[in-house]
Amino acid sequence: MSIESSEQVLDYPLRAPTALEPPEEWAKLRQGCPVAHVRLPSGDSAVLLTRYSDVRQVLADPRFTRQLGKDGAAKLSEEGGSVFETEEAASLTEGHERWRRLLHKSFTAKRVQAMQPRIEAMADQLIDDMVRQGPPADLVAGLAFPLPVWVICELLGIPDIDRDKLAFWSNAMLNMSQYTRQEMEQAQVEFAQYMTAHIAAKRAAPGEDLLSELVAAVDDGHPLTERELMMIGQGILVAGHETTSNTIAKMMAMLLSERSRWEQLLADPSLVRTAVEEVLRFDANAGFGLPRFITEEIEVSGQKLAGGTTVICNMAAANRDEQAYERADTMDLTRSPNPHLTFGVGPHSCVGQALARTELQTTLNVLLRRLPTLELAIPSEQLARREGLLIGGLERVPVRW
Amino acid sequence: MRVIVDLEKCCGAGQCVLLAPKVFDQRDDGIVILLDEHPPEALHKAVREAACVCPGAAIKLEEQA
Repeated sequence: MSIESSEQVLDYPLRAPTALEPPEEWAKLRQGCPVAHVRLPSGDSAVLLTRYSDVRQVLADPRFTRQLGKDGAAKLSEEGGSVFETEEAASLTEGHERWRRLLHKSFTAKRVQAMQPRIEAMADQLIDDMVRQGPPADLVAGLAFPLPVWVICELLGIPDIDRDKLAFWSNAMLNMSQYTRQEMEQAQVEFAQYMTAHIAAKRAAPGEDLLSELVAAVDDGHPLTERELMMIGQGILVAGHETTSNTIAKMMAMLLSERSRWEQLLADPSLVRTAVEEVLRFDANAGFGLPRFITEEIEVSGQKLAGGTTVICNMAAANRDEQAYERADTMDLTRSPNPHLTFGVGPHSCVGQALARTELQTTLNVLLRRLPTLELAIPSEQLARREGLLIGGLERVPVRW
Repeated sequence: MRVIVDLEKCCGAGQCVLLAPKVFDQRDDGIVILLDEHPPEALHKAVREAACVCPGAAIKLEEQA
């Protein structure tokens, strides 16, 4: 390990008392130990950053690389193979400028806004099914899990009948605790086969979707290769499904766990935009954070980090930094401006954030309109976390109305 | 108020377009287009919010200009 210290080494990820509350250590770390030494599930060492200013600085600094596959970088888990460590992650970094530029065509604010009526119709359709079956229902299975897959299928021009297959592969590719390594690899193979055929079909008969556009796109005089198209498809699924599903579920749990929050939105639905930003800021169960690796000495919070250090940026802890926010520990649905770090910052910040925001806002608007009497069917302390290393979620959000 | 955008820092998140569509737009590749360098006062609040939440810190404001 590159840093000398006699202080206590914490096991990371830190455990929180309930699914909606932050780990007790966050406040202490932000105050007294902004560069904390942690032991990852793999047993490897890293340093953890929890202050807003530090996390913001590091994520915007290209010397903090995403090359977690490099010699000397900490492995996150025993098994390895996480989305941060794969060959794809490394090559995505190399070709980052190019594929990001191409992806942006589909994720500009205006194009995403143009998708909004379709997203609203999908949310209505899913809620129709929930209403038909009657309460109680699980908001995860009924709405939060399927909606983002439906949206991604729409983006990629994948027919409605294949939505369930996509949802299964996506879940298996990312969820390291629920599926075995073998099932994960099997899902990757099946998804790759499906996408190869799908890309060929779009080449032969282009549609109105993103994939057809990318197939036809020429960037710097070069069309995209089969492999690049595949990686974009997989990237969108991995980056856009579980994250958004989990956030929809956590959003509803947070808003329903205190009745006054839901009532405030019912009384004034124009608060939906700022409420969604506050949900993103306030999410204590956001997951692992973003790992970075440095190859030279860099100073953070007055401490020198040696080359060869792996740094974990915990955006959720930073989002509750009292130095950055007034009443940081209070959920304020009117908070504005709200420059939270949930989507990252700088050149690697989430390319799909306008789409994520639109999905969250639309889901919330439709639920307020359709099910104003919505309430949790269990006490919020009993909500069970969805186990998975990278992205925090909830197993179920039982509701009635 | 004078608005200055830094195309190098812009990461195409589109927050500014959502908040102040009369002042900001995006190119095809997501990079910001400044539509109004001196926005009217009614838009100042939205423009300030856009500058504050920009993940690339690509929007600078000269309030006295």
